Amino acid sequence: MSTTTPTARPAATTPPRATFFHPTVARLTYRALLGRRRALILFALPALLVIIAAAVRALSGADDATASGILGGFALATMVPLIGVIAGTGAIGPEIDDGSVVYLLSKPVSRQTIIFTKLLVAIGVTVVFSAVPVLIAGFVLNGNSQQIAVAYAVAAAVASLAYSALFLFFGTISRHAVVFGLVYALVWESFVGSLVPGARTLSIQQWALAVGQRVGAEGALSSSVQLPLAIGLLVAVTVVATWYAGHRLKSLTLAGEE
Amino acid sequence: MPPETTTSAPAAAPNVIHNIGYRHYDGPRLGRAYARRSLFSQSVRGSYGLGRSAKSKVLPMLLFGVMSLTAGILVAVTMFTHAKSLPVEYTRFAIYLQAVIALYLAAQAPQSVSRDLRFKTVPLYFSRPIERSDYVAAKFAAMAGALFILTSVPLLILYAGALLAKLDFLDQTKGLAQGLVCVALLSLLFGGIGLVVSALTPRRGFGVAAVIAVLTVPYGAVSAIQGIAFVQGKEAAVGWLGLFSPVTLIDGVQSAFLGGTSSFPNGLAPSTAAGFVYLLVTLGVIAGCYALLSLRYRKAGL
Repeated sequence: MSTTTPTARPAATTPPRATFFHPTVARLTYRALLGRRRALILFALPALLVIIAAAVRALSGADDATASGILGGFALATMVPLIGVIAGTGAIGPEIDDGSVVYLLSKPVSRQTIIFTKLLVAIGVTVVFSAVPVLIAGFVLNGNSQQIAVAYAVAAAVASLAYSALFLFFGTISRHAVVFGLVYALVWESFVGSLVPGARTLSIQQWALAVGQRVGAEGALSSSVQLPLAIGLLVAVTVVATWYAGHRLKSLTLAGEE
Repeated sequence: MPPETTTSAPAAAPNVIHNIGYRHYDGPRLGRAYARRSLFSQSVRGSYGLGRSAKSKVLPMLLFGVMSLTAGILVAVTMFTHAKSLPVEYTRFAIYLQAVIALYLAAQAPQSVSRDLRFKTVPLYFSRPIERSDYVAAKFAAMAGALFILTSVPLLILYAGALLAKLDFLDQTKGLAQGLVCVALLSLLFGGIGLVVSALTPRRGFGVAAVIAVLTVPYGAVSAIQGIAFVQGKEAAVGWLGLFSPVTLIDGVQSAFLGGTSSFPNGLAPSTAAGFVYLLVTLGVIAGCYALLSLRYRKAGL
């Protein structure tokens, strides 16, 4: 960028693929996600969860079934996917949308590194804004009896990982990534999943619940997927989505507006 | 460039150096009402992707298809089982398919207003003979109109199917009228909320997520708390809790006044007094959204 000292230090002494993390890309992504008013909606959702938890505790006292109902029915089913969509697609979607991604892609940084860095930031944001509030809400609701708070927090963290990877991938393949992400999270996981039992096998929410089930006390959580299968699918989705997102970024075409 | 001769040079006025043939527009001026109508019709068409690229037609048409197909399947079930009534009440159809309606709104409301803000075309609108209030009214009416088309066409399909299946004519007509009132309220409420949320952000993707969040998160929260309140035996609280999310607001109004059963736990309906509060809050939110939009466009995009 600067025009000073063109004589200094010969370039290309370090191989370009030395690292998978690029701090500048991370900083840019972080600011794109949490800059200005965008942080407000991300703060509003967890705040709402904690307020609801406090209100319910005040209304009805500590109760394990109630805690499970709120953490499973509201936090894990609605809030975590929503934050995942905002963070996952928000990490790359707007840049592709307004075309400024070409300035990033024209830098000598591996596309896989860009995707991996953006994924790390998205995961970080999703975990901070979903798993941590779930843990707090769980402690407020029933003081972690039966390990419910920790189990749901672990499930939320695991789900954040897979959601971020999946929605980041959506962000690279479509301009309507947010809509597709919401269709998956709300229509497939919630609506179809409640009607067709088979659809639950292909649901990040259920995979995460399977992991949470292992952490929580016996019978505190229930999932319709076995743990080994769930872990296998979680890893597969995360890795494949990340790899393919990087692959897509190598051959990205910038379409005009609509 | 060779000098071109103007084909119809009007008589040159003595104080004009070069006359390059510009003429005044002497035709009729169509005025403010025409501009408002154009903005309205263009926005409604745009909400279904008409007049836009093929890609942008996919999603709205798909969601419209899902709504209509569901109604068609319900009609088919009624016919083949020779049922005495439709499997779903007219007023509850939209509430069952709220996810589809919310997705449609989330996809189309930012499309309608965010892009004008982002590409700074709002000043171009206001260079025409329309006022801010015209812009807001046209966009509001267009969004509500598009939602009304989305929600009322399936009801008409249900009605036609019910008549073909020889269900009672009076019953069905009454049901249809109640259903139409219900979806009209729903269209105004959802349209207003969607536009206000998406007018706040020039980024389309973010607007989509924000609209969905505003519609589904309160619903999820209210439903969860209602379930708990019901289990605790606080049935009075169940009715009042419904005031805090758009979907349950409509649900409360339709179960109190339009003869439907609510989706609240155990089908509890708000009492008539509570029903009036529901109606008041619904109308208040609609008016509030309109006022907020007007307020927003006092400054936005200029």
